[in-house]
Amino acid sequence: MKKITIQLNGESRRLSVVPNLTLLDALRGQLGIKTPKEGCGRGDCGACTVLLDGKAVRACLILAIETDGQTIVTLEGVSKDGLSGLQKAFLKNNVFQCGFCASGVILAASALLVENPDPSEHEVREALAGNLCRCTGYEPIVRTVLQVAKKTLTKAPVRGKRS
Amino acid sequence: MSKTCIIGKSPVRLDGLAKVTGAAQYVDDLDFGPGLLHAAVVESTHAHALIKKVHTAAAEKHPGVVHVVTGKDCPHMFGLYMKDRYIFAQDRVRFVGEQIAAVIAETPEAALRAAKLVKVTYVPLPKVLSLGDALKKDATLLHPDLAKYEKPPWFFPRPGTNIAHWRKTRKGDVDKAFKNASFILEDTYTVPRYAHCPIETHAVTGLFDLSGRLTLWASSQSPFAQRNVMANALKPFGLSHKDIRIITPFVGGGFGGKAGVSMEIIGAVLAIVMKGRPVKLHWTREQEFYNTSQRQGVIARIKMGVSKGGRITALEHTLHWDAGASAEYGANVVNAVGLSATGPYRVPNVKIDSVCVYTNMPPCGAYRGFGYSEFHFGLESHITRIAKAIGMDPVKFRKLNAIKEGDTLAYGAEMNPGDMSQCIDRVAKELRWGKKDKPSSRNRAIGKSLCCFWKAPAMPPNASSAAYLKFNEDGSLNLMVSGMELGQGFLTVMAQVASEVLTVPVTKIRVETPDTDRNSYEWQTVGSHVTWSCGNAVRAAAEEVKDKLIATVARAKRLKAADLYLEGECVKSRKKKDVAIPFHEFVIDGIMRPDGRFVGGPIQGTGMFMPEFTSALGDPETSQGGHPNVHYTVGCAGVIVEIDKETGKLQVLNASLAVDAGKVINRDLLNGQIVGGIVQGLATALYEDIRYDSNGRLLNPNFTDYKIPTTLDCPVKLVPMAVETPQPDGPFGARGVGEHTMIAAAPMIADAIEDAVGIRLKTMPLTAEKIALAMRGIEYDDVKGDNLGFCFRGKPCDYPFDVGS
Repeated sequence: MKKITIQLNGESRRLSVVPNLTLLDALRGQLGIKTPKEGCGRGDCGACTVLLDGKAVRACLILAIETDGQTIVTLEGVSKDGLSGLQKAFLKNNVFQCGFCASGVILAASALLVENPDPSEHEVREALAGNLCRCTGYEPIVRTVLQVAKKTLTKAPVRGKRS
Repeated sequence: MSKTCIIGKSPVRLDGLAKVTGAAQYVDDLDFGPGLLHAAVVESTHAHALIKKVHTAAAEKHPGVVHVVTGKDCPHMFGLYMKDRYIFAQDRVRFVGEQIAAVIAETPEAALRAAKLVKVTYVPLPKVLSLGDALKKDATLLHPDLAKYEKPPWFFPRPGTNIAHWRKTRKGDVDKAFKNASFILEDTYTVPRYAHCPIETHAVTGLFDLSGRLTLWASSQSPFAQRNVMANALKPFGLSHKDIRIITPFVGGGFGGKAGVSMEIIGAVLAIVMKGRPVKLHWTREQEFYNTSQRQGVIARIKMGVSKGGRITALEHTLHWDAGASAEYGANVVNAVGLSATGPYRVPNVKIDSVCVYTNMPPCGAYRGFGYSEFHFGLESHITRIAKAIGMDPVKFRKLNAIKEGDTLAYGAEMNPGDMSQCIDRVAKELRWGKKDKPSSRNRAIGKSLCCFWKAPAMPPNASSAAYLKFNEDGSLNLMVSGMELGQGFLTVMAQVASEVLTVPVTKIRVETPDTDRNSYEWQTVGSHVTWSCGNAVRAAAEEVKDKLIATVARAKRLKAADLYLEGECVKSRKKKDVAIPFHEFVIDGIMRPDGRFVGGPIQGTGMFMPEFTSALGDPETSQGGHPNVHYTVGCAGVIVEIDKETGKLQVLNASLAVDAGKVINRDLLNGQIVGGIVQGLATALYEDIRYDSNGRLLNPNFTDYKIPTTLDCPVKLVPMAVETPQPDGPFGARGVGEHTMIAAAPMIADAIEDAVGIRLKTMPLTAEKIALAMRGIEYDDVKGDNLGFCFRGKPCDYPFDVGS
């Protein structure tokens, strides 16, 4: 058992972990954070995507013990102060169906837009290629991410590469 | 059809906010506190063996283990249609992965570790891993007691063989028609097994409380069917229907895999054994592949004859299905195909034999399309080939033979309304049919194709739906139904139906996922039938509520009910313009009369729907005389593909689909079904390639080796289209579309490959590897090896279809 401290959705949380506990099991089992879902347990499906120091990672492939001192954001953290632009657009466009992949997709897409505010369609597809969705055929997901990027850019032009 | 307000619009999904915020809960998200126990299952390592002994002592001693359950604890059989399945294996195992025992422990880790300590002594039996072995004379039998199994009256098993069901359809005189045909084509097509791959795996938590009440939280498409199957199977435990409650929170994808009953009944037994403590069973991704249900593999021989003018005159369609170790649900897939394997065409002379065969492979069941995707692969490939062979454009050929309202179906009933011709025209236009497109480089080739599809819900003739609506003080509504929200948008569509009748906006209607104690009955959410069936029930409930609203105002205000109508959440009068009484003023508390007395009371309504015109009791030898299907939905789909001639890699440039939805209730949701369905269908054609070794062990039960599409594997352009020929008995004219959208995918890829590079592939999947091999003149069947996705190992052309009659 080792004590670690993480910044989870803006709050400091201390927990005791065994060395082989995954971040996913720590979040779901010990911290009551249920939006990262387990779809495969081996990094294939992306349903457990969380933001670790701003990067989209699969919580099932990371050991909780490695995250000591780091910042973690899950969909609970994104939703608690109202809907983000992405969430609003996903809602309005009726994008998700069963919704099981939604948390991972929203977090992966928001990480992409922070890093690359003006992505091409291919860049969106590449960034989300690790998030499996069996319902939507991805088309509405990709369309909506591009729509949000365009809208954000029109509001506040960001200098950077265009592709 | 009168003008509608909210029908046909795309309001925001009722469950949209819950899903984008993460508030939506799935079974594994529910908390049961520190008392929760966890279970792990001990699985067979043999495809076919007798169980001599199950050694549980070491597992029982493992720290944290509370109990070990084996087949001795519950010798009961179950099944949705035919009761041929055990909750835990009894004297024998019938597939690799079959559950033999379960370990219940304080933690998932302890359960898993202890499950590995359970040792099973087997006496191996001959494995039945090929259809040939299963059907030969003196074959090893999987179910020697087949004659004793309970089954519905429209199933025809053959005791003493491995045939679980044989559906025969006979119409006209096929032999004579073939004699007179001007052209005949005969060939064999094979379709392997497929896995559903919902991103959420099956999960169930059960609690058998100290009062003897069993509650299950299950990831399920069929809470009521499950309760019924469990109540029947678990009667020996003293349970009746009222003692079992099934709560289904959101489901993370179903596609048929969460229909009927599979692992949930194990959860029920574990809960009963651990009275007083909740027990959770959660399938791993591997288990999701081999121990729920798969889509059946099939080998099909098609012989089709046409007249000089290009009219189909005769069809002989023989299908042998690899049902796996149990056919409790799969036999109905076989049945559905046996009735409908003409496809959406007018065929005067028909002979269909659809044969369900037990094998020592994992059990199969419902999968989006319910057998229709499988038989359309061969049939639609065949249609294109015949059209080309007689020198007719495949589009013209399909329009010439398209089935129309009033035509006689293979089993004798009449075809319902539906405009396939218009669907064909819409797709042909979108694909610029007849125009040759230029490839992007010399090394590539472009191919186009267009295929048709149809499907009817496959269900018992008395499958029914019910709905219950009640008002709240502020004029908002709760609508209780038990169709399952699988992602298709069922809750929203039901709210739209109620809203249309009652003028209450959908934002003021709450519809939640089922709870068998609190919600109205629904048979199952399968077969693309709930929009139609439950939609009718909701409409009836809303009409009852409407009548009560009007009657209450009429009584209180001494007005004629006939003059009253609903508008903008008010009861209004056509005669007295000043009468406009908002619902919220009286739907609970009633209306005060001048003398201070009140009239009315809490307003609520119920509705039900059963298709009373159907019957499954056709003649077993011909299927004539019954009316087994409620209606068919027809449509058309096509693609433009580009193929790299070197590597065989295929890219879909355009995938277009038009379906006759009767009436589009929600455009966004319809588009979601079409786009998602096309991609799921294309995946079965292009990527998903299940493999078993020669011992019947599944080799690729994960997303690394069993490829489902990612964002990078989709068509460049997807075009969803709808035609609206009203279904007379559907809510506002609607009929179902959910499964139909993936049915044409495989043949349209096969046809497009032939159009592009001149190769005809007849064995699915149609991978780049197969295309590249074929382009080098190498027959896939010569190099395919032993690890196949299907219970058939030889060359399709050598397969012996003749197994008697």
